[in-house]
Amino acid sequence: MPDHLFVGKSVPRTIEADKVTGKAVYIDDLKRPGMLYGKILYSNHAHARIKSIDISKAKQLEGVRTVLTGQDIPDVRVGFLKDQTVLKKDVVRQYRDEVAAVAAISPEIAEEAISLIKVEYEKLPAVFDPFEAMKQESPLVHEIDARGRPLKSNILPLPWKFETGDMEQAREDSVYTSKDTVSTTWVNQCCMGTSGCIAEFDQNSNLTLYDQTNVIFGHIGRITEYFSQIGLRGKKIRVVNPVVGGSFGTKLDTDIYEFIAIQLALKTKKPVRILFDREEEFQALPPRQPAVFTIEQGCDKEGKLIFRHCEAILDNGAYTSWGATTPSVMMMPMSSLYRVPNVYFKATCVYTNNIYAQAMRGYGNPQATFAVETSMDTLAEEAGIDPAEFRLINRNRPGDQTPMKLKITSCGLEECIKAVKEKLNWDEKQGKQNGRGVGMASLIHVAGGARVTKSDGHGIMIKLDEYGHVDVIESGTDQGQGSPTVISQIVAEALGVRPEDVFLTFGDTALALWDAGTHASRHTFMAGNAAIGACAKAKRQILEMAVEQMPKIIKMGLKRKKRKDPEFVEPDLDFGLIANPEDLDIRDRMIFPKKEPDHPYFNLPLAQILQNGLLVGTGQSKVVMAEEFYDPPTEMLNWEMKGNLSMTYAFGASGVEVEVDEQTGEVKILNLIAAHDVGKAMNPTLLLGQIYGAAYTGVGYGLTEEIKVRNGRVMNPSFRDYQMLTAMDVVPIEVVIIEPIDEAGPYGAKGVGEPGLVPTAPAIANAVYDAVGVRITDLPITPEKILTALKERK
Amino acid sequence: MKKVSVSFTLNGNTVTAEVPVTWTLLKTLREYFELTGAKEGCGVGECGACTVILDGEAVNSCLCPIPEVEGKSVTTIEGLANEDGTLHPLQEAFLKNNGVQCGFCTSGMLMSSKALLDQNPDPTEDDIRTSIAGNFCRCTGYVQIVESIEMAAKESK
Repeated sequence: MPDHLFVGKSVPRTIEADKVTGKAVYIDDLKRPGMLYGKILYSNHAHARIKSIDISKAKQLEGVRTVLTGQDIPDVRVGFLKDQTVLKKDVVRQYRDEVAAVAAISPEIAEEAISLIKVEYEKLPAVFDPFEAMKQESPLVHEIDARGRPLKSNILPLPWKFETGDMEQAREDSVYTSKDTVSTTWVNQCCMGTSGCIAEFDQNSNLTLYDQTNVIFGHIGRITEYFSQIGLRGKKIRVVNPVVGGSFGTKLDTDIYEFIAIQLALKTKKPVRILFDREEEFQALPPRQPAVFTIEQGCDKEGKLIFRHCEAILDNGAYTSWGATTPSVMMMPMSSLYRVPNVYFKATCVYTNNIYAQAMRGYGNPQATFAVETSMDTLAEEAGIDPAEFRLINRNRPGDQTPMKLKITSCGLEECIKAVKEKLNWDEKQGKQNGRGVGMASLIHVAGGARVTKSDGHGIMIKLDEYGHVDVIESGTDQGQGSPTVISQIVAEALGVRPEDVFLTFGDTALALWDAGTHASRHTFMAGNAAIGACAKAKRQILEMAVEQMPKIIKMGLKRKKRKDPEFVEPDLDFGLIANPEDLDIRDRMIFPKKEPDHPYFNLPLAQILQNGLLVGTGQSKVVMAEEFYDPPTEMLNWEMKGNLSMTYAFGASGVEVEVDEQTGEVKILNLIAAHDVGKAMNPTLLLGQIYGAAYTGVGYGLTEEIKVRNGRVMNPSFRDYQMLTAMDVVPIEVVIIEPIDEAGPYGAKGVGEPGLVPTAPAIANAVYDAVGVRITDLPITPEKILTALKERK
Repeated sequence: MKKVSVSFTLNGNTVTAEVPVTWTLLKTLREYFELTGAKEGCGVGECGACTVILDGEAVNSCLCPIPEVEGKSVTTIEGLANEDGTLHPLQEAFLKNNGVQCGFCTSGMLMSSKALLDQNPDPTEDDIRTSIAGNFCRCTGYVQIVESIEMAAKESK
């Protein structure tokens, strides 16, 4: 093991001190000169024809600068399948449809203006159940597609299908089989900072968008396409991140409110901010994609999995964002969590008049893992094998290639499962059904990038000033995950400076090189590798400078000494030690020869070399600046949905011990063990924070959280009614870190942002079954569902 | 709109605000004094991101009408660090122990825990959790926030 000064250490988040002093500037805090406040009027019908919109009163209100409806802006389609417009002018297809927008000199006036707009609707038949929506006689949510061709069905033209092996033979060969239907619901990402942006045009119609997106270059792509259709082709777009108040998937797509802010800014020629209130955040922000899975598995008499067959139905809602692409990630656990040779997975997305969905931490994986891990337990029981043992029999191993062609390099799944078993005292506690129970679930997730676009690159630029300060221009977004600290550790380590010498600029497309986005748990892995590459180049430049400057500085020093002290005898120095860049190294701000790191004369401060290299005279001045664009050798999924899309994969297992009150149906978590294979813990304290936070969100997913949608309408759009966990919901949690250093990772690290969430809910469901013998197959596992199940069993 | 003149102590200084009578303390802090550390996470007193200390008690400043602040003492996150710029033990602990992630809830968390430690320098875990029961956080699972407050309590002794 190399001796690291900063990597692997719990360096404090001092670099983010602005966040503990109120100085950090979020979108809420950002104001531009002359800025106006935008507000949106939403539909209050799930499916209706707009008969008329009367904006006359709103326009007359003092302080209102513009009121826009679908009649006032180009009728351009946006979104993943181009199935909606920015403002709807003919038909609304969900409760939250954007019908009109206002820009005014204060948020209060904007709000009042919205209340003065009168819209007359004619209700249309609506459909809220995806299974109903698939029927021939169902009302159509969309009558035409993006190209104007008539649609005959609510089923989306996104045929997600994965197939490998011989399913018929596999069924025949199986000694034990199981079949379950499980379902998951909408949950809100609950960022503490609500959605918002400021759109501002310069005199030449170039746009600066202050925006919380975590895919700054993806934003540019989508807005560029929009611009080309509204007469702004070729205009420059700059996306700048303020401090981001949480993301968790919400900032992946370009949302409609962002296009509205752009339109309001265009119309008024003023900067316009739109900032959601909390009710809007619950009503109008696309949540996690709900799904229903029918999953079958079979194994041989020793418990080896032979097949997995799963069909999923996704309630797409009225429009398409990233939620409809979550099956691409569902395929990963479906095909590759545990060794299973024969796999069939099909997902069907169906339009309904419900709210539409997008990404949330885990991106489809939590839903699919809930299905797989429920099935693992029911099949283990069928086969009469202990559920933990059943998982160990079928575990992934280093060197495996999965049916999806994922190449498993490092894999700590065995250690994770065993750690959970040991920590929970599994063998003693499992299988009692005495009101207390234990359950477990595992996970696989991308942990070395995710090639979902043709480039999965991440660019980093670094430059040093003559005082030894290191500026790092990061192409990612700091959404709170701790990257300023972790990247500063990596740069300090790789360059030979200290973390406090490193200054990071995140999220500015005008400064940064391209990046695929701060998503898919990819940031530390990608940015870390890019930083190491950039640092190596910068270091080479510094050492070349040192070879030129060091002898001069040292000789001058000796001369000076001699002048002051005529008795001084010049030492006979071997300048060959510092004659080549390869012979030198930098550590802790000092440059020295590798062969004699403690040489009494050949140890000079980095800053001195940088100063001498710059202030050297006409024609010879040099500065240090380097970039690295890291785009790993991974594959996009092919037409069969196969390909090694990540450099490495994260594994982990969650184990839960619960107590279930059979009188009230309440579940108490007595113990939660989260064992994760992280490659290398770059900053153990920050790593724990990622796992704690993700696991907690997973507990909410398992037990309490649900956006209640009735006839298309969100019925609980507030924290009080939504039931996110609070500090009073004590979950005793212990994290076990497994470090199978990954060769591809920066200093061996793998991604860790999402994994902690993924196996938590199924582990709870399995523990509830172990406690009281009823299996809850639809999330969340509420007391009502448990009581109903207990009653039915009797 | 009818304006009201309200005088109070803000982070140790005597101040007067002339703002619309309907404004809350949060709005006054953010818009009139340009102290944007307190955040509006919900605007209806559910999330605690706007927490400040009013006469020694942690309150949701989004629910506090500005006229009620007359003559009182308000401490915000901007007034938590020492005058020489060194951080309060709570701020140090949050940075050291990862009690802050996205940071949006952090001002409120710090003010709730400051009010707690001022009244009870030796709190139990339950005391700590109760003091931040009204402060929501999505990033941390509260674990390292609770630990940070415990750490600060120990440091302050």
